[in-house]
Amino acid sequence: MSETVTKKLMLFFPRCECEKPIIYHLVKDYNLVVNVYRAKVTPEEEGYLVLDVTGVEEDIEQALAFVKTFNVSINYSGKGVTRDENSCTHCGHCVTHCPTGALRIDDKMTREVIYSEADCIECMACIGVCPFDALASAF
Amino acid sequence: MKTYEQINDRIESGKAVVLTADEIIDYVDKKGLAAAAKEVDVVTTATFGPMCSSGCFLNFGHSKPKIRMSEAWIEDVLVYTGIAAVDVYLGATQLRHGDPANMYHPGEFRYGGGHVIEDLVAGRKLQLFALSYGTDCYPLREIRTYFTINDLNQAIMVNPRNCYQNYNVGINFSDRPIYTYMGTLEPERKNANYCSAGQLSPLLNDPYYDVIGVGTKVWMAGAQGHVYAEGTQHAGACERTPGGIPKGGAGTLALTCDMKKMRPEFVRGVTFRGYGVSLALGIGVPIPILNEDVLKRTCVRDRDILAPVVDYSHDYPQNNGKVICCVSYEQLRSGRIDVEGKEVAVGSLSSYYKALQIANLLADEIRRGDFRLAEPIAPLPKDKKMKPLVTRKKPS
Repeated sequence: MSETVTKKLMLFFPRCECEKPIIYHLVKDYNLVVNVYRAKVTPEEEGYLVLDVTGVEEDIEQALAFVKTFNVSINYSGKGVTRDENSCTHCGHCVTHCPTGALRIDDKMTREVIYSEADCIECMACIGVCPFDALASAF
Repeated sequence: MKTYEQINDRIESGKAVVLTADEIIDYVDKKGLAAAAKEVDVVTTATFGPMCSSGCFLNFGHSKPKIRMSEAWIEDVLVYTGIAAVDVYLGATQLRHGDPANMYHPGEFRYGGGHVIEDLVAGRKLQLFALSYGTDCYPLREIRTYFTINDLNQAIMVNPRNCYQNYNVGINFSDRPIYTYMGTLEPERKNANYCSAGQLSPLLNDPYYDVIGVGTKVWMAGAQGHVYAEGTQHAGACERTPGGIPKGGAGTLALTCDMKKMRPEFVRGVTFRGYGVSLALGIGVPIPILNEDVLKRTCVRDRDILAPVVDYSHDYPQNNGKVICCVSYEQLRSGRIDVEGKEVAVGSLSSYYKALQIANLLADEIRRGDFRLAEPIAPLPKDKKMKPLVTRKKPS
């Protein structure tokens, strides 16, 4: 058995692809475990989906090749919530609002607020509370 | 014992020994107070946080024909025009025209006076719209034009209150979230916010205003400004720790500088959901090490500085003066405090990261000989108390 890996992806669905059950096929045909963080895919509109896919590497590759046969574009960095590094002042207001510690202070000397995208579950609690408008959602 | 003149001579010759308020603590521990007081010339302090009582005077110069602006807006943000024809005062907390404020609670407050100030310093092109009633000497009744800070004759920051000596820790004892100038406070004491640079903060390193006074030269977002008066709500006569550190707000500074010399990364508009807009500003204050006493005060540590925890859902708005408990900045910086038996997660509104940058930038400027110190021309009052506003009946 090959080892399983997990990849975080953000998919963009243009209007023409919004009614197709693409994620269903990832599970059924490619044996992937999907974990959807956030989705906004509605008929007659364009949409976004941020998810983890877990499976063996070859299955993930084939699944992504399948996704690419549609007009869906894949963002491999999976960033649905982004931080503008120039806007962030590292004040630390977001830290207590982040439930997973994706926004945290590791270095107690400099008190720099780091943003670990891998730990972000896209709850978006940080976006409204940032006094410097540094955090934003892709959709 | 050193004088300002001796310190400035050393600065001029590039030989001044300068440390940040962060570094000085270990340095004095290692060298001893007496030896360190001889060696060190300046300790730099700094802070970066929201400072609502900030603003600026702008002079636009005269149009052809001339106008006496009686109402004016920059980027739809109202400015005060009750002064000379083309002078205005722009305040940090002014909302943009048409902002729904808290009509749909909590309001977003995405743009206001603080953001206009940020845009000005960043050199962005802004819209001026002004109206007038028209006079014989100023006939123009309306003007709409676009300008940058470079087009202005003067852009002078004049902040009636900055650098609060110490400040409350905001917490929420109620069962609903509240939206305050201390940030968003979750119900049932889920989080608490503080707003001070602690051991790096200017007036905590000079608790009795021995060296910081009217005329002290300060670093304001890179510009060389100065203290022009005691700040509004300056109240030095307050409860203090045995070490002399105020256990609440206490002293404040009124500051001014030439905005054209400010650096944009230290001048930032602030949005508080459900509350309003403000301005965050980076300020550095050099402390001249005139003697051992002055040096000793700059060795203050986070663990020796206490901040009052105040319930912003009830006690603060009702102005009943109640303090839940006091916690040290060391505890606050650990990220968790104990409030009446409950462990509470702590966030901050003041950026220690930026304050540290500022303290180091100022130290470098002094070492290079680019920033000389100025001796105060008058002290800040030590004995003032804060008076409340009394609601009185109309006198008969």
